[in-house]
Amino acid sequence: MVNDPIHQFRIHNIFGPWNIFGYDIAFTNSNLFMGIIVLVITAFLLLSASKKSLVPGRLQSVGEMWYGMVHNMVDNVLGEEGAAFFPLVFSLFSFVLVANMLGMFPYFFTVTSHVIVTASLALFVVGLVVVVGLWKHGLGWFKLFVPSGVPIVILPFISLIEVISFLSRPISLGLRLFGNMLAGHIVLKVFAGFVVSLVALGLGGIIGSLAPLFMAVALTALEFLVAFLQAFVFAILTCVYLNDALHTHH
Amino acid sequence: MDANAAKLIGAGIACLGMGGAGIGVGHIFGNYLAGALRNPAAAGAQFTNALIGAALAEGLGIFSLVVALLLLFVK
Repeated sequence: MVNDPIHQFRIHNIFGPWNIFGYDIAFTNSNLFMGIIVLVITAFLLLSASKKSLVPGRLQSVGEMWYGMVHNMVDNVLGEEGAAFFPLVFSLFSFVLVANMLGMFPYFFTVTSHVIVTASLALFVVGLVVVVGLWKHGLGWFKLFVPSGVPIVILPFISLIEVISFLSRPISLGLRLFGNMLAGHIVLKVFAGFVVSLVALGLGGIIGSLAPLFMAVALTALEFLVAFLQAFVFAILTCVYLNDALHTHH
Repeated sequence: MDANAAKLIGAGIACLGMGGAGIGVGHIFGNYLAGALRNPAAAGAQFTNALIGAALAEGLGIFSLVVALLLLFVK
């Protein structure tokens, strides 16, 4: 099929594969774009911070807004103790944001549309929550699963539900980002495919193809919003989950 | 019925979960807007909470996508 909407997510090797310890290790287009993402973030932040003028220019303003937004978020949700986690949240936010935004360019590869990438990020975050919680509060951290003020009769069920909801966090955190990026790009491709197949029908089709064309343009705008929103949501949920590790009384 | 056809029908039925996520997200933003119009001064501070709620509600809708994908691609 010419207009295969899944084709854009295909991973192909650029270098390799090399056989290392029985695994096929290769440098793929996914790796290439991860490298580009890190390069873009680093270059942009270095460039925007290079002038350090008192009245910021355009570039410096964007850099300051980027930094200030994440800083506000960490400060509001985590408070004073959260300052140690600011670099982590900032890195996660920047990586996801730039990955989503770069994915919006035609022919570019969307790193976050692969569940292995988002699930690794989410597992790392929730694993960190467990480690930090146990390190800060010891075994008392498990009081997180035993809410206070609940009648003793239903407490076991509530605890069970709390444990299950905690265990579903890495799944939902990773799948939310993956699902949004995957579904958004497939929808864009499907509407673009409508345009192509309508134009092939002749003059009437060309006039009719204007509708899916405008729809594709509108969806592109929506996808830019979603790209930003999902990065924001990923970062803020990281903060909310880390808050469980830092402050157990709730 | 052919097992493969049943899988495809199941994947289609799994998309109904999207409606639930739509109801949830609509509820959250509708109520946020209603509250924001009553007290615009407090609206800005609560927008983040609205987004968290929407993200959590939407996450459950994404699970139905995963069920559909599992039905389609897991042999």
